[in-house]
Amino acid sequence: MIELEDVAYSYGGAELFSGLSLKLAPGSFHFLTGPSGAGKTTLLKLCYGELLATSGHVTLFEQDAARLDRDQVAMMRRRIGVVHQDCQFLDHLTMRDNVALPLTVSGRSSAFSADLDDLLAWVGLRRQADQLPPQLSGGERQRAALARAVIMSPDVIIADEPTGNIDWEMSQRLLSLLIELNKMGKTILVATHDLNLIRAAKSQVSSRVLRLKDRQLQQAGAEL
Amino acid sequence: MKRLISEATGMVIGDPEAERSVPPTGFTARLTVFTAAAMAFLSVFALALSLATDRLADQWASELAQTSTIRISAPAEQAEAQVAAALRVLETTPGVASARALTDAEQRELLAPWFGPDLPVDRLPIPRLIEVVETSDGFDTTGLRARLQAEVPGAILDDHTRWREPLVDAASRLRLLGWIAIALIIGATGTMITLAAQSALAANAQVIRVMRLVGAEDGYIARAFVRRFTMRALAGALIGAILAGIAILTLPSADTTGGFLTGLGFRGVEWFWLLVIPVLIGVVAFFATRAAALRVLREQS
Repeated sequence: MIELEDVAYSYGGAELFSGLSLKLAPGSFHFLTGPSGAGKTTLLKLCYGELLATSGHVTLFEQDAARLDRDQVAMMRRRIGVVHQDCQFLDHLTMRDNVALPLTVSGRSSAFSADLDDLLAWVGLRRQADQLPPQLSGGERQRAALARAVIMSPDVIIADEPTGNIDWEMSQRLLSLLIELNKMGKTILVATHDLNLIRAAKSQVSSRVLRLKDRQLQQAGAEL
Repeated sequence: MKRLISEATGMVIGDPEAERSVPPTGFTARLTVFTAAAMAFLSVFALALSLATDRLADQWASELAQTSTIRISAPAEQAEAQVAAALRVLETTPGVASARALTDAEQRELLAPWFGPDLPVDRLPIPRLIEVVETSDGFDTTGLRARLQAEVPGAILDDHTRWREPLVDAASRLRLLGWIAIALIIGATGTMITLAAQSALAANAQVIRVMRLVGAEDGYIARAFVRRFTMRALAGALIGAILAGIAILTLPSADTTGGFLTGLGFRGVEWFWLLVIPVLIGVVAFFATRAAALRVLREQS
């Protein structure tokens, strides 16, 4: 599905990581952890085609990421739902329109309007559907970002520190949604430095924890 | 080409979903509408100038081409006889519709702007003038000159070629300048709309990033901006063209006072240009914004 093979990434002459390999199999659940500045976000961006590796091979759905043009990357992103720590909404659109944005840009908005209401209900945001993003709390925004990430029914969901700005209770709720998606067959990759979240997940779902440290990707040990 | 036609059709049919993704930006909106309105206003006047000079060139060419003058320079005692001889020659010349000698009063009137109204024409050695009006076929200038030389030694035929050609040439150049002015105005419109579009694209870098994140193709993002700028330019140009049309309508009528400026305006089907100019500016805005959007999206990737 998504595969990184002997990948290196340099920025401004400095190598962030090298010799990194990762394979996201269909239906798998991965956590990516590591200290701040280790390159977790960069690694995620390589996984959804926003950045290109300095060397090595990144394969997205059996296609070489380096050979994709901008429109092909756009088509690829419709198969990968992304949740950012800062959510990244369009502040002039209502939450309903923001969540529906992936449908809108792919020309399918009207066909999925019923699904949109169900999805907003699933993340508990039906009442907030007509509010603007700045009117929502951090947790509500994260759940809306998750709804936007899954509305196209993507094969893979990538979340970058999704619980970074929200309280523990809301983190648990978001985790439950991610686990539910995984049980529906979606591949999940979550970057987080929240070890409690990882521990909570391990008791509910079979997951693999990877640590990005000292420019290498390692399997996390028994401390988790 | 097929893609361009599809996008242009999209402009007409509209893609409000795409346009709604981009927040309205007041400054660039006002700038585009004002620029398009001002440029359409100027274009209409440049066009009116061009069409007026076109008509003027035709008028000078046809009016002067159908008249000639015979100037008779002879001693006072022979002047009348030579005038009569010249008129007899003209009466038998094919292609001459009419000919008549100007009276002293008419000659005095012609010279009045330079010498004043009290010029003693009868006491000064001023040549006598005969006005010749041609038929539509015209006469043989060379043949008439030869006959006059033989029968009226003091007569000189002036068919106005010397005067007409520079006038028609000047009018043609004015017409050309009018079209150049229109081309420059359209070019400047394209440039200003490009700058406004680039400014809007730069201001919406985060919007573009989010749209890309959720799988928007470059064409979709560009369309959101292109439609907005094209519609604004079209609306502004329509306002400018209507205002220019009203201004032209309020100019004094050519029939009452005559002259060049009073002939500035449109006649008959020429008024359709008032619709063509906004459409032209809309087309320029479409291509300018599209090129700017695709360039910025390429640079931002």
